[in-house]
Amino acid sequence: MSVLSDTMASRRGAGAHRPLLAVLHEWVVTVDHKRLGIMYVVSGLVFLVVAGLEASAIRLQLAWSGLHIVPPGTFNQLFTMHGTTMVFLVGIPIVFGFGNYLVPLMIGARDLAFPRLNAFGFWIFLFGGLLLHFSFLGGEGLYGGGAAPAIGWFAYAPLTERAFTPGNATDYWNLALLVAGVGTVATAVNMITTILTMRGPGMTLGRMPVFVWEIATISWLTLIILPPLTAAQIMLLLDRFLGAHFFDTQAGASAVMWQHFFWFFGHPEVYILMLPGFGFASEIIPVFSRKVLFGYATLVAASAGIGLVGMSTWAHHMFVVGMGSTLNAAFAASTMLVAVPTGVKIFNWLGTMYGGKIRFGTPMLFCCAFLFQFLCAGLTGIMLAVAPFNWQLTDSYFVVAHFHFVLIGALVFTIFGAIYYWFPKVTGRMLSERLGRWHFWLFVIGFNITFLTMHVPGMLGMPRRIYTYPADRSWEIWNLVVTLGLPLQMVGILIFVINIVISLRRGAPAGDDPWDAWTLEWATTSPPPAYNFDVVPVVSSRRPLWDLKHPDDPDGPHE
Amino acid sequence: MNERGRVGMICLIVAESSLFAVFVVAYLFYIGKSLNGPYPKDVLELPIFNTVCLLSSSITIAVALRALRTGAARRSGVWLLVTIVLGAVFLAGTAREWYRLIVGHGLTIGTNLFGTTFYSLVGLHASHVIVGLAILSLLCVFAFSGTLRKHPERAEIASWYWHFVDGVWIVVFTVVYLVGR
Repeated sequence: MSVLSDTMASRRGAGAHRPLLAVLHEWVVTVDHKRLGIMYVVSGLVFLVVAGLEASAIRLQLAWSGLHIVPPGTFNQLFTMHGTTMVFLVGIPIVFGFGNYLVPLMIGARDLAFPRLNAFGFWIFLFGGLLLHFSFLGGEGLYGGGAAPAIGWFAYAPLTERAFTPGNATDYWNLALLVAGVGTVATAVNMITTILTMRGPGMTLGRMPVFVWEIATISWLTLIILPPLTAAQIMLLLDRFLGAHFFDTQAGASAVMWQHFFWFFGHPEVYILMLPGFGFASEIIPVFSRKVLFGYATLVAASAGIGLVGMSTWAHHMFVVGMGSTLNAAFAASTMLVAVPTGVKIFNWLGTMYGGKIRFGTPMLFCCAFLFQFLCAGLTGIMLAVAPFNWQLTDSYFVVAHFHFVLIGALVFTIFGAIYYWFPKVTGRMLSERLGRWHFWLFVIGFNITFLTMHVPGMLGMPRRIYTYPADRSWEIWNLVVTLGLPLQMVGILIFVINIVISLRRGAPAGDDPWDAWTLEWATTSPPPAYNFDVVPVVSSRRPLWDLKHPDDPDGPHE
Repeated sequence: MNERGRVGMICLIVAESSLFAVFVVAYLFYIGKSLNGPYPKDVLELPIFNTVCLLSSSITIAVALRALRTGAARRSGVWLLVTIVLGAVFLAGTAREWYRLIVGHGLTIGTNLFGTTFYSLVGLHASHVIVGLAILSLLCVFAFSGTLRKHPERAEIASWYWHFVDGVWIVVFTVVYLVGR
């Protein structure tokens, strides 16, 4: 152990003496999956702060009726950039960033299958994100049509046609996401190839950690559902620059074709974001309950089921466009069907905790809140799957509350849990538990004040994407409460950032395996060397480290 | 390495299929929806010669691979060259067809929904043929320089892409020239 910390200290010491430019150069040219994973997650967190600030401006504007804190045009740009950034530049890079870092370590591989392709994927994603945000500065373009895009994150055509959104703002949206999407597909190819061909000795598919299964699932899902978005974006490019008519209703084109193409991507996209969240929970909950994951096979099968059924539910976003009762009924039924495998997972986690010796460390706290909030999100999801109910509340704040419960209440909470859980592995230092608890409680209270309350103005008929609202609808008090949850969340995030900065310098040394965990990434040093493992352990069960620590009672015979 | 290459190429082909599927769906959905001419039945001719060239190039690349596996790198290079010529003839045929449509019939991507969907679907396929030709040219150079003999599996993986491009043409041909006409 002392030899280990000596080498770690010398590694750090060497890093401290090198000039900044050399260090920077090393990060720019790296093809190491760990460094790229860190860069993915860090850039995702930076974009999270940017998009969070945009959301804050939106909430201030809506805090009371008749306010004029931002101009109406800017308001449209804010909610467009907020949604686009959160989905494409926060969610995707963070989940694939964790995949980047963890998958090779968890399966006992040296790196991903195509390290250079991996670097390409990261940089093209980053430049896509920067291109989108450059629109704040450069979107005026030659046509003088406004700055950032103001078309909503799903950018419905024909609204996005040249006739209705002149200028180049929409083109920034289109090109940035097209470019970033190429990077995502490249990463998905890499993940599948790595998982299928680079597993260490004894690591059969049936012994892979659940997180690896979730990454495998979202990767094949990405291969199938992301290219359709790319195709639709190419069509939009052709329409806007070459005068094609894909979405031009005056030339006889369909007004809902974009909606179908977009949501065929957009709905499974939610699962692409959420399944890794399930993976985080499935890694953290067993370790903090001191029990084997309950129902490994059903959990993995449920993920595959969600992926498969999830591809046939997209048009539940379109109940109000007039598809006819047959299609409405089919999509309502398939949407409700998704709730079944999702419900299975909830019981997997509950069954794991049941009878366990639960330690409420910060990662576990986030996972517990995730369980409650995800259940709530799932229930409102089933409500919205009922087509007549959906007709009543579509495009209202009820929908906004629903998907923020999914994407924050479930996904962001598990991401925070994952950061607290794996930070020691990545940096070699523990995050402060005390600050972690402050972060958790402020965030969980602030989140629920904002988004639990937000269901109410939705039920009262408040539509989303309105700049302001009249005073006689009794929406003010609810909106005020929604906005008041915001400062708590902001302080929570601030504490989180402070915690990271302080712990990087002064955190307690983590050692190889601070949580007494069971998956392979804890078998190597923290942080792992560039080559990951001196000797890749031979795996003979789903908990290789348990087997190493308890040679008298290995897991294998019980599986 | 070759296992990785195989899986990676299959993944790429799945993603590309999904990309093409959307353009095919758009084409099928917009058949007969153009508000003004020219219409497909007035201007499209069956590209039989083109199709024969492209499909037979799948056979020639298979022959080239067989030669490579027996160690005859030079013979393999010749067959790769034949494959490239067949692909190039296909591209030239497409160019001639487009020239006839644009100049002769005044059909551009902006004329009507037929023009929009026709040029984008056929053009997307043609762009894949161009990428395929670039890959084949590299293979051909490596075949004659002898380095390909040590890695026949890499040539095989590249050939999958070419077979995929051919397979897509069967779909495009069916949709555009048989169903849509």
